[in-house]
Formats: sequence, structure tokens, C-alpha cells
Amino acid sequence: MKVAVVVFPGSNCDADVAHAVEVTVGASVEMVWHASEFLPAGTDLVILPGGFSYGDYLRCGAMAARSSIMKGVKRFASSGGLVLGICNGFQILTEAKMLRGAFLPNRTLSFICRPCALRVERDDTPFTLRYKAGQVVRFPIAHHEGLYYLDKDELDAMEKRRQVVFRYATPAGEVTDEANPNGALNNIAGMVNEGGNVLGLIPHPERASEPVLGSVDGALMWQSISEWIKGGGAH
Amino acid sequence: MRYRASLLIYLKEGVLDTQGRTILRSLHDLGYGEVQDVRVGKYLRITLEAADESAARRQAEAMCSDLLVNDLIEEYSLVVEEEGK
Repeated sequence: MKVAVVVFPGSNCDADVAHAVEVTVGASVEMVWHASEFLPAGTDLVILPGGFSYGDYLRCGAMAARSSIMKGVKRFASSGGLVLGICNGFQILTEAKMLRGAFLPNRTLSFICRPCALRVERDDTPFTLRYKAGQVVRFPIAHHEGLYYLDKDELDAMEKRRQVVFRYATPAGEVTDEANPNGALNNIAGMVNEGGNVLGLIPHPERASEPVLGSVDGALMWQSISEWIKGGGAH
Repeated sequence: MRYRASLLIYLKEGVLDTQGRTILRSLHDLGYGEVQDVRVGKYLRITLEAADESAARRQAEAMCSDLLVNDLIEEYSLVVEEEGK
């Protein structure tokens, strides 16, 4: 599996996610600077990593979403290629309008950095084949603007299309307000586009990919993607 | 001609303004019970070259939709005037 990790000025989870896909599924990784307009030939998966692209100036992800490489990322996604945006990467995907919605500051008024329980809503996406729907996983979260927002009509339509893939939940898998760390509408932690090939995710699977990190729940995501690519799911 | 576009961006009504709500509480704690609402926005002052004022406004509006404003959550007001006025 060939992975392109896009690096923006201010990205800081790029090396972590590259390491995670290398050690868990033996992926070959190429780091791609944002100023390039083209993705490496043969790319199977594009990752927009976490961090503080462009210093979070103006709005989180706003400037990164308009950088040169995003033209290539959009072309790749529209031909069915897999794109995964983690944390700031999810914010970039919404600002690039590859996913609907926007992010607001956490309702707690604080930066939140801790492990978090999530309920897997779908096990039929390329990113979640190895999970079971209803399963609870533990990924760390680390963000200040994680409150997912979309107006009610659009949110209802998005739910009807089953685009939500992960929700903040209790360790027992109940989706409650108490289990919601940031106030995200409908406890949304991760969602896909209508085609199912673009996933945005606020929590960090790359920080839960090896036993030494305290959780290996994230490794299943890399295994899912690898299995899907091997199965000929590639664009 | 050189123009100055003054742009005020704020969250739409109904979109949670965490900063505004926090400042409102603080003002209440200080005894300003008359305060009904606080909304926090951002102010951008853009200096640009344009043929005339309406062209400057069109350019500034294009910048708003291309980058400066996220219309899912934000609204804006824009004042364009010749620089130095």
C-alpha cells in the first residue's frame, strides 16, 4: 500500500501517522509538501495529518484547504481514491468542502487532550472493515476546535445517508451528552462523504496503533484500508 | 486607486459563540446585569488597488467567498472606502 502524507506548514502529526502505517501494515510512505500540485503516482491513500496548519489563523484548516496540493487531493478523491483527514485534517476537509460541516471551539472552553471512547457506527467503509458496528474503541483526542456543526436540515439529511462513522460514547457504547467531550452535534467524531471514500476524524488513530501507546484500536483502521486496497478496492 | 476594505466577520445567529458567551458571563459577574448578549467577531482591514469603489467592493466580496468567510457558520459586513478618506 502506497500512502501519501501531506505536510502543511504547522502540521505536527505527519511523522506519527507515517510511522503508524509503516509499522502496522508495512505501507510505503511518501511525505508530500503542500506546495506541490500532484500526488505521487500510484498513491492508494492520502492522509491529511493533525496539527496546526497555517497556525490555525483565520479559521482552522482554511488556508491549508486552498493550498496547491488540495487540487490534486480533490482530483484523487473524485476518481474514488481514499482520503483520510485526522483532526486538523478533518477541519481541512470541511474547509475544502470535501465534507460538509464546520468546526467551532469546544464548549468546554479548553484544549482537550485525553483518551476518548468512540462507538463505531459503520463497518462497511474502506476505513472500518475490520471493526464491528457498535464496537467501542479508544483513540486519543487533542483539539481546541472539535465541535462539529452543521445546520439541522443538512445534519438530518447527512444522518439519513448514514455518513456518520464514529460517535463519542461512554465505554459501554452509549451515545450521551456526558460522553461528548466538545459539544459536537449528534456526538459526531468521524464521518464520510457520500461516496464513502473520504473520511474525516477528530480523534487520532495513529496514537493508538501500538501496544506501547496503550491502545491498538487504531491499528484496525490501517488494516482495514490495507485489506480494502488489496481486495482491489483501489480507484 | 487605492481602497480600504473594512471587513467584520461574526458567527451567524444560532451558532454557538463560546467566546461571546464567556464574556457575557464575566460582564454579569462584574455587575453589568444589563448586558443581554455578546457576540465576538473578527476585523480585517484590507488595502487593495481597484479601478473604482464598486470594483473594490466586488473584489473584496470575491475574497470573502473564496477564503475569508465560511458561510456555513459566519456572516459579514463590509465597508469600502478610498484610502486616506
